[in-house]
Amino acid sequence: MAKRIDISGLTAYYGDFKAIEDISMAVEPRSVTAFIGPSGCGKSTFLRTINRMHEVIPGARVEGKVMLDDENLYGTGVDPVSVRRVVGMVFQRPNPFPTMSVYENVAAGLKLNGRYKKSELDDVVEKSLRGANLWNEVKDRLNRPGSGLSGGQQQRLCIARAIAVEPQVLLMDEPCSALDPISTLAIEDLIGDLKTRFTIVIVTHNMQQAARVSDRTAFFNLSAVGEPGRLIELDDTDKIFSNPSVQATEDYVSGRFG
Amino acid sequence: MSAQTVADKVDRTDRLGIQQPRLPRLAPLGIAAGAAVLAVLIGVLGGLGSRIQWGLIAAILFVVGLYVISTVVEGGRQAKDRLATSLVWVAFLLAVVPLASLIWETVSKGIKVTDGYFLTHSMSGVVNVAPGGGVYHALMGTIEQVLIATVIATPIGLLTAVYLVEYGRGALAKAVTFFVDVMTGIPSIVAGLFVLSLWIMILDFGYSGFAGALALAILMMPVVVRSTEEMLKLVPNELREASYALGVPKWKTILKVVLPTSIGGITTGVMLAVARITGETAPVLLLVFGSPAINNNPFDGGQASLPLYIYQQWGAGTSASFDRAWAAALVLIVFVMILNLLARGIARWKAPKTGH
Repeated sequence: MAKRIDISGLTAYYGDFKAIEDISMAVEPRSVTAFIGPSGCGKSTFLRTINRMHEVIPGARVEGKVMLDDENLYGTGVDPVSVRRVVGMVFQRPNPFPTMSVYENVAAGLKLNGRYKKSELDDVVEKSLRGANLWNEVKDRLNRPGSGLSGGQQQRLCIARAIAVEPQVLLMDEPCSALDPISTLAIEDLIGDLKTRFTIVIVTHNMQQAARVSDRTAFFNLSAVGEPGRLIELDDTDKIFSNPSVQATEDYVSGRFG
Repeated sequence: MSAQTVADKVDRTDRLGIQQPRLPRLAPLGIAAGAAVLAVLIGVLGGLGSRIQWGLIAAILFVVGLYVISTVVEGGRQAKDRLATSLVWVAFLLAVVPLASLIWETVSKGIKVTDGYFLTHSMSGVVNVAPGGGVYHALMGTIEQVLIATVIATPIGLLTAVYLVEYGRGALAKAVTFFVDVMTGIPSIVAGLFVLSLWIMILDFGYSGFAGALALAILMMPVVVRSTEEMLKLVPNELREASYALGVPKWKTILKVVLPTSIGGITTGVMLAVARITGETAPVLLLVFGSPAINNNPFDGGQASLPLYIYQQWGAGTSASFDRAWAAALVLIVFVMILNLLARGIARWKAPKTGH
């Protein structure tokens, strides 16, 4: 199921603007890797390069390699659409499809890709909703609109939607920043469960959250506004938060910077 | 001392200076009534014949009166608020009065001959100056021409809008936008002349409902493009990205996520465009030619249409034909109104569900 990600020499642009420069890192399978760093340092941009969502924005482009086991996601002949079936993504703000019911939202990935059997769909939806710890809350209203759920439930619905297509990797872009502490806890517990099945990469502004959920943590920084963001340090989460090897990381995680 | 009495004390002392004298809630209504009475007095005494002048005097008296009284009683800031509110009300009335009087005029004059016979008979064998006859042939002609125009213009307009919003970059998109803007401004007679010269004079087809529908389609297309474009822009980008992130190709994202999300607004836009072309007379006059008899075949020979029928009946100049013109106008308004209600129904039915 889960795969190892190996990124080397990755640089991403928005038009002429270089957003991140020369990032190399490895992400182990069945682990949670957290990206931390100040706003604008390119964490989200970098995350979006891993499932080729970066290039959806007009003028955006990427240089470098992202290897999923032994396949380069940026190799010639690679279809970005297929990449996104293998590398799923959960966004900052819950974004269930407003025209679809809870059931249809979870089934959307399979249905829209046309790769499903009707009889299997019920099972996939139930399994995904259980996987997202949402089944008990919504099982009686599967046909109600997905946008009628609470914010935390909507986010778990989006996670269920993402895991329903059985990706190898799950990217999460600040999945809890729009949620209250109780919903955040529910999602963090969920991440703990999901990492037995998926490779998870999570961007977060909440350092306690990074410390709680992740096995490894990557710290990104930029030297000045307008300069590209860089990877400063990637290490085991315990080490990053107790004894980082770079001074900038220590300043950031302890709140001394600027 | 209970909490209630404490609160009362604080209110009366107003240590924070947050209490101001306020006009009673119905004061604006009273001032409006006063202004109306005064305006009638001025009108009668001053010998002003026009009711419109009376209304304008009442409006000015109301706005000025409320402002002055509010300044005296409530102070400057409240008075400005009142001024803006009263101006909005006056503008509202200015917009509604002509509309209401138009509908009143049409209904009261048109209802006379509007009956089952009028709706189910044509003018076949009836001279325009004589009483009798009906509007059936014109109604059928309008329905067919508008339907054909809609069938032609909607897909083209929709696809153009999808191109502009979802794909269009660079010079081609700019050119398309520019020409859509130009097309929006084309007078209907020019669209009619264009189809006349191309379809009838160069390609040598005869006058027909279809030729009229082509001109109507030209008039309808830019409206559909514009309204659809605005609706597609309202679809949050997050939904598109959510779909892409599931590995859904772009075309399927547009078809299954973007369009369903905006279908309510798109339908309304199409219906408004339909309503616009339903009342077009000039292209029909040039291309469909008119017919007093029922011709249900839009591809062969002249057809009637409601606007053209109204124009011809008005031109006949007898009281019987005036009655028919008003009745046809009523039928036209009701027809467009039904289309609009239909559009609202579809928009409500298809709108994204909030779950409450």
